[in-house]
Amino acid sequence: MATTLAQKIWAEHVVRAAAGEPDLVYIDLHLIHEVTSPQAFDGLRLAGRTVRRPDLTIATEDHNTPTLDIDKPIADPVSKLQIDTLRANCAEFGLRIHSLGDKNQGIVHVVGPQLGLTQPGMTIVCGDSHTSTHGAFGALAFGIGTSEVEHVLATQTLPLARPKTMAINVEGRLKPGVTSKDIILAIIAKIGTGGGQGYVIEYRGRAIRALSMESRMTICNMSIEAGARAGLIAPDQTTFDYIKGRPHAPADFEAAVAYWKTLLTDADASFDVEVSLNADDLEPFVTWGTNPGQGAPLNSVVPDPAEIKDEGARQAAERALVYMGLSAGTPLKKIAIDTVFLGSCTNGRIEDLRAAAQVLKGKKIASTLRMLVVPGSARVRLEAEAEGLDKVFLDAGAEWRNAGCSMCLGMNPDQLTVGERSASTSNRNFEGRQGKGGRTHLVSPLVAAATALRGTLSSPADL
Amino acid sequence: MDSFIKHSGSAAPLRRSNVDTDQIIPAVYLKRVTRSGFEDGLFAAWRTDPEFVLNQPVYKEATILVAGMDFGTGSSREHAVWALQNYGFKVVISSRFADIFRGNSLKAGLLTVILNQSDIEAIWLAIEAKPTMQISVDLESRTVSYNGVVLGFAIDDYTRWRLMQGLDDIGLTIKNSDSIAAFEKTRLAHKPLTLPIRV
Ligand code: SF4
Repeated sequence: MATTLAQKIWAEHVVRAAAGEPDLVYIDLHLIHEVTSPQAFDGLRLAGRTVRRPDLTIATEDHNTPTLDIDKPIADPVSKLQIDTLRANCAEFGLRIHSLGDKNQGIVHVVGPQLGLTQPGMTIVCGDSHTSTHGAFGALAFGIGTSEVEHVLATQTLPLARPKTMAINVEGRLKPGVTSKDIILAIIAKIGTGGGQGYVIEYRGRAIRALSMESRMTICNMSIEAGARAGLIAPDQTTFDYIKGRPHAPADFEAAVAYWKTLLTDADASFDVEVSLNADDLEPFVTWGTNPGQGAPLNSVVPDPAEIKDEGARQAAERALVYMGLSAGTPLKKIAIDTVFLGSCTNGRIEDLRAAAQVLKGKKIASTLRMLVVPGSARVRLEAEAEGLDKVFLDAGAEWRNAGCSMCLGMNPDQLTVGERSASTSNRNFEGRQGKGGRTHLVSPLVAAATALRGTLSSPADL
Repeated sequence: MDSFIKHSGSAAPLRRSNVDTDQIIPAVYLKRVTRSGFEDGLFAAWRTDPEFVLNQPVYKEATILVAGMDFGTGSSREHAVWALQNYGFKVVISSRFADIFRGNSLKAGLLTVILNQSDIEAIWLAIEAKPTMQISVDLESRTVSYNGVVLGFAIDDYTRWRLMQGLDDIGLTIKNSDSIAAFEKTRLAHKPLTLPIRV
């Protein structure tokens, strides 16, 4: 029978299938961080269980870690306890961990790919919803809760219901200044934050094939914002080239590539749903509201809720405008920004820093705002410094921080204050996500950089 | 996990759609390393607003939350489920839940029930007319009843059975250890291992 890529990977990982029960699915790689794991380790201890496969497990510290003074003890005692707990758990159960100060520390979803641990055809899970990022390599990767973290630690499997499949075809070619972030924001605005629910999305089409690995990761990362638990892209030469030479790339690389090349959706396979988008028509896209589906082209205006037909969506839009302090009809480019955040597992990789640095080079950010640049991992930071990008950011007046999730979720001291407005390259603009009362506009790295220079939401074309 | 067969209690109407997990419990409340004590972070941003439904004395006893569409979107934090449970909720009703939230809730023993949006609207009105109204949620017969109205809901047999037995998923899977070991023998040799460390 003709199958889709997601179905193929699924079928290769079913340990046990029984009528009326979820499939028991084998997990190839389990990523761990400090926030969603402590209760799982506690559960193991209580039941007297061990970690079945320490050699398929890796931990890093990211959500809660400070981005300043990382050589000093963590100031917040509660945060420190959480980090210390992770370290103690990894020591007790014999797990690999990359701690603050280590070259391989960073956001889980940046660390996996950069070590070469993320490879096509794998099943990958983490107690973090943006695990969908790894789908960019043609892996089936999804976020799980703490009970499931414990389940994977104990058994290296998960009982899972088989997902439905959705294809999103992006044909055409992106205009200069338009990025994969704009593609995914446009997709979410089109299908809604619940549009992908119950599906694994496969992104296909010429515009997707033309993207770098890093840009593909940005798209797959935000699949969860469309409601899908996983998003994936079939592996190709771009994928193979990215993995080659990384620390955990397969020793027998040719054998691996031969297998990876089989990981494609069959030509005659059908998806449960198909959606199409033309990249030619896309422009830089930003959000105006408090969920990632509330977005619009940067050249347009804040929409009028009265024109939204669906009652629920209209009420949500009304509430969002109140929270965001915006009125209908305001040109998006007139919105003044207080803080620009460049970072996160969506857009905190080296390519994102390079793109922003190119816009900022030799210029100064507006005196009315601050800009935080937070590399996705310690390695990204080192790489950027080797290229002199840190100088570009510092000369422009931005802050150059250490790696972590930082202002993406505002769990460490990097937060917005009440009413403060950010242009953020992260993935969630929920109320209070970046700090209580903070207002978030999701943007691409290019828009972030141009906004930093002009002080209002802008794209490089406006400079 | 406690078994869940039937629950009756009063309910709180949360007339909002797209209540994401950052709303249910903001990140700054996630620093505990235990499974309890998260009730103080539940809907933290709204808890100072006297209009907010949980701040109204008539809803103090509620054990069932009737929420708008797309409840639990966003982060995978199971803390959202624990916060609801720690606060005292046994059931959440909505017309659509985010996948991960629903998975987490059914693992942790918080029953999430899906009803049509029109039925939700009717329940909201009924609660607002009489906040002490009792709602019964019966997992055995897969029904929600109030004021003589009986509504069926869908839940797969396996999850229902597991919840009614109060069974630990991990224990069930460990019974299949032989199948897992057999599967591991067939894994492709070039798949990566995290140990020994290569950097
Ligand atoms: S950067 Fe943001 S979205 Fe990514 S893992 Fe960290 S908190 Fe989650």
